[in-house]
Amino acid sequence: MIELRNINKTFKIAKRNAGFREAVKVFFHREYTYVNALNDVSFTINDGEMVGYIGPNGAGKSSTIKIMSGILTPDSGECLINGRTPWKDRVNHVREIGVVFGQRSQLWWDVPVADSFELLKDIYKVDSQVFKKNLDELKELLDLAQIIRTPARQLSLGQRMRCEIAAALLHSPRTLFLDEPTIGLDAVSKIAVRSFIKKINSERKTTVILTTHDMQDIEALTERILLIGKGRILLDGTLSDLQKWSFMGASAEEMVAAVYKEFKI
Amino acid sequence: MREYLSFFKIRFSIGLQYRAAAWAGMATQFAWGGMTILLFRAFYQSSQNALPMTMSELSSYIWLQQAFLALYMVWYFDNDIFGSIMSGNIAYELCRPIDIYAMWFTKNMAVRISRAVLRCLPILVFAAFLPAPYNISLPISPAAGLLFIISMILGLLVVVAFSMIIYVSAFYTISPIGIRILATSVLEFFTGAIIPLPFFPQSLQTLMYLLPFASMQSTPFMIYNGYISGERIASAISLQIIWLIILLALGKTLMVRALRKVVVQGG
Repeated sequence: MIELRNINKTFKIAKRNAGFREAVKVFFHREYTYVNALNDVSFTINDGEMVGYIGPNGAGKSSTIKIMSGILTPDSGECLINGRTPWKDRVNHVREIGVVFGQRSQLWWDVPVADSFELLKDIYKVDSQVFKKNLDELKELLDLAQIIRTPARQLSLGQRMRCEIAAALLHSPRTLFLDEPTIGLDAVSKIAVRSFIKKINSERKTTVILTTHDMQDIEALTERILLIGKGRILLDGTLSDLQKWSFMGASAEEMVAAVYKEFKI
Repeated sequence: MREYLSFFKIRFSIGLQYRAAAWAGMATQFAWGGMTILLFRAFYQSSQNALPMTMSELSSYIWLQQAFLALYMVWYFDNDIFGSIMSGNIAYELCRPIDIYAMWFTKNMAVRISRAVLRCLPILVFAAFLPAPYNISLPISPAAGLLFIISMILGLLVVVAFSMIIYVSAFYTISPIGIRILATSVLEFFTGAIIPLPFFPQSLQTLMYLLPFASMQSTPFMIYNGYISGERIASAISLQIIWLIILLALGKTLMVRALRKVVVQGG
């Protein structure tokens, strides 16, 4: 169970105009602007749900994920995940979640993927039998058997992403946060990743929260959509709820574009 | 503990992979050690005044320094750590049920030890067979040898505890380059890496001994060669322990504060 209530987060950003004179001026007097990354964000997600979290770049998706995974402390508001506040009880909280940041890597660059997995096993103190069972299952579902002994730096993006997702699931987390898991993947890898996420959600009853810009991810995976723009939750509903801002027969992509336009985000 | 041990193992095994770097490093350290000794030899032969260390004490000091360079180099920082702060990859480390301070500490120890293990033996063996007084001699007594090992471990912990503070500073400064350059140029002097501390003017020495930098390589090496002996060993080792506690407490506090207001860079 994930509950966010009235979460606010503001970032302080140093700003200056272009040019040498401005650069010198800033040296003595710095101007800041404040960006409301999250503005009164509230929602509830039940156990076993799969939710697509969408919105344009800079809308606050990643900030929300970071708050939910205990990395970022909000300025105000409450967040309870499985009964814990992530930033107050970080270590116990993160034991029960898995996170994949599509644009980053959690695998050790220089060593075979299997070594990274072993390390994660020790970090999460996963029981050897559970680990073996999970690993065998993930190996089969994500087709990892061939690549697990290769160093991460020699994997293609698609291969690496499959390993990243496996790495996030070795400790059987109750909740899985996926921040753009399909970014940059080819069609085959995308489909493989999608069907895998679906399987994990339905078989293990893992709660999945997924951010993406690829509307096909949303179509293929989620019933429920949370739409965020300029730090506010604008819509909490299903894909068909987006329909009313758009013309009949519009693709998901076109619907979302119409919604962004409508809300001026 | 098991998770930190695994960290140590994985980082250690990565360190051992770089064999070519180890050979190159060894060659550099032989040459550097030899050059330093020749330089001091000229200095000793021309000087009329009494010098603070004997040539034999000095040679042992220099060879130890070269053999264990990897353990005590203050200018070495793990780019992985700076990289993870600057690129925001620290996000993943924050998602693990572990203490980040302890993890980075372990990582640093592993890198330093893995490098030293590959390099120290050939250098020590080679230096032992050089003609006296340019060789490395045995510690002056078995007790001194034992205290040397204790002091060496403490020295390594002090170095790592100190570099942890530099790592944490990257949370505040975004770019760590300035602090690194400062650390490299100034601290090399204060640790005794360039000129052994006894060669500094008397007035400076008292201050230098009290700073944490003397507790890094200078103390263990000076115990080994007998320059620090008797009761002074106890006070030197106590000072190492005091600095270790202060640096650990400071680094840990700064880390906790930094993480509370951390902004993970990038989307």
